[in-house]
Amino acid sequence: MTHACLPLHWRRYPERYLLKGNYCENCKTAFFPARVVCPNCRRKALLKEKEMPRTGRIISFTEVFVGPMGFEHETPYFLALIELENKAKILSQIVDSKKESIREGAKVKKVFRKISDTDKEGAIAYGYKFKVVK
Amino acid sequence: MRSVSIIGAGCTKFGEHWDKSFRELIAEAGMKAIEDSGIEGKDIQAIYGGTMASGRLIGQEHIGALIADQLGLTPIPSTRVEAACASGGVALRTAFLAIKSGEYDMVAVGGIEKMTEVSTEEASFALGGAGDQETELFHGATFPALYALLARAHMQEFGTTEEQMALCAVQAHKNGMNNPNAQFHREIAVEDVMNSGYISSPLKLLDCSPITDGAAALILCESKKAKNISDKAIEIIASAQASDSLGLTERKSLTELAATRIAAKEAYKQAGIKPKDVDFAEVHDCFTNAFILAIEDLGFFRKGEGGKAVEKGRTQLNAEISVNPSGGLKMGHPVGATGIKQAAEAFEQLNGRAEKRQVEGAKTGLTHNVGGSGATAVVHIFRKLEGKK
Ligand SMILES: [Zn+2]
Repeated sequence: MTHACLPLHWRRYPERYLLKGNYCENCKTAFFPARVVCPNCRRKALLKEKEMPRTGRIISFTEVFVGPMGFEHETPYFLALIELENKAKILSQIVDSKKESIREGAKVKKVFRKISDTDKEGAIAYGYKFKVVK
Repeated sequence: MRSVSIIGAGCTKFGEHWDKSFRELIAEAGMKAIEDSGIEGKDIQAIYGGTMASGRLIGQEHIGALIADQLGLTPIPSTRVEAACASGGVALRTAFLAIKSGEYDMVAVGGIEKMTEVSTEEASFALGGAGDQETELFHGATFPALYALLARAHMQEFGTTEEQMALCAVQAHKNGMNNPNAQFHREIAVEDVMNSGYISSPLKLLDCSPITDGAAALILCESKKAKNISDKAIEIIASAQASDSLGLTERKSLTELAATRIAAKEAYKQAGIKPKDVDFAEVHDCFTNAFILAIEDLGFFRKGEGGKAVEKGRTQLNAEISVNPSGGLKMGHPVGATGIKQAAEAFEQLNGRAEKRQVEGAKTGLTHNVGGSGATAVVHIFRKLEGKK
């Protein structure tokens, strides 16, 4: 079970389905998820909606053997911190990849997957995961 | 300038208290602290209580009022403080500031968590709320997973090994043998940690702090007054707190907890001391790699050398610096209580009351409490209050 209600799922569609974040034109920094305030520029910020690149590299990873509620059927699974090509970082599961290929520096690309089991309102959470590419 | 001292401390045993409720635990710790300080309940002017997830764990909010009620201290103001696993440390700092400001002279501060009323899965879900719900927990990141990502980054950058991390657990269990309130009284070896099974690689079961019930409380008093009424007052010579991004993705570095480094720097400045002047420290080792991060970020060892320092035994009891003489969080981590328990340990150590775990010649002690994966850090430094009645 993730903490999720229908309005939350609905609100996060652009982010979770399309990797929409934003970009501050003042300090040239990409944010994912989108931020309301640019932490670098604050009121001088020029934030514009922007889709993130769909590829990046693994900077750290872990294989999760004991997952939170709603992920019982998934374990074990890999989670990674990924730096996207525009330097924005993202935490995501790594799927469809050989275990040996999941390492620091590996190139990954976004795929669309079911994230966790049905919650009590009957909504299935979908979103991004990543897979290692050559 | 007003100064603040601790004049009494009380802790429950840390462990699985199936026979005791949340309210019984906080009342037990609170009464012990009041008794230890030698004051009367009516002398207390305000209460601050740290708890992280009572709503999810026992279905009870409004903990401030509950504490005042259970201790028979109504109608004085009583306020809950929440900062995830740093709830206790931030409650202590809030109480410190309340006296420092001149508003009160005598304040009780407590910390508590009752974590075994729900299943382990529910408890870990509640703890997951200390990270970023929408970008971490949603994707299946547990708390051990977040620290595992930090552990791997440290291993990659500095060559820190799983054995070095295991040694942190070995040291914790060894020190815990001398702590009557510890959740475990069992020595372990590196092989035990290495064979304990991955929870989230590279972290194994014995790299993780346990699920614990427990409470701790302190009585804080303005120092001039403390001198007159107590011969065991210890002065809080520094109190500092810093914040960082809630989630890991916005961190500038994954090989440090910047909030710890910044709070520590501020604390050393307030106290007018250097890291090498600290005789003992109670650091926030929710995972073994958190121990390594802490001893580096607090300035005891250079960045990247924490693992080797542990390997060489430099953090053992009465070695170069005694880190976690109580056994630390491995000996029980009732999240909201931890920051208060650490200060209670400093109180025992500086009063020479720590028995078999006593740090020889302990003059200056430091406590370090972290919330989440490093989004909050609180550092306090203590010294025996000069001159008595
Ligand atoms: Zn900006």
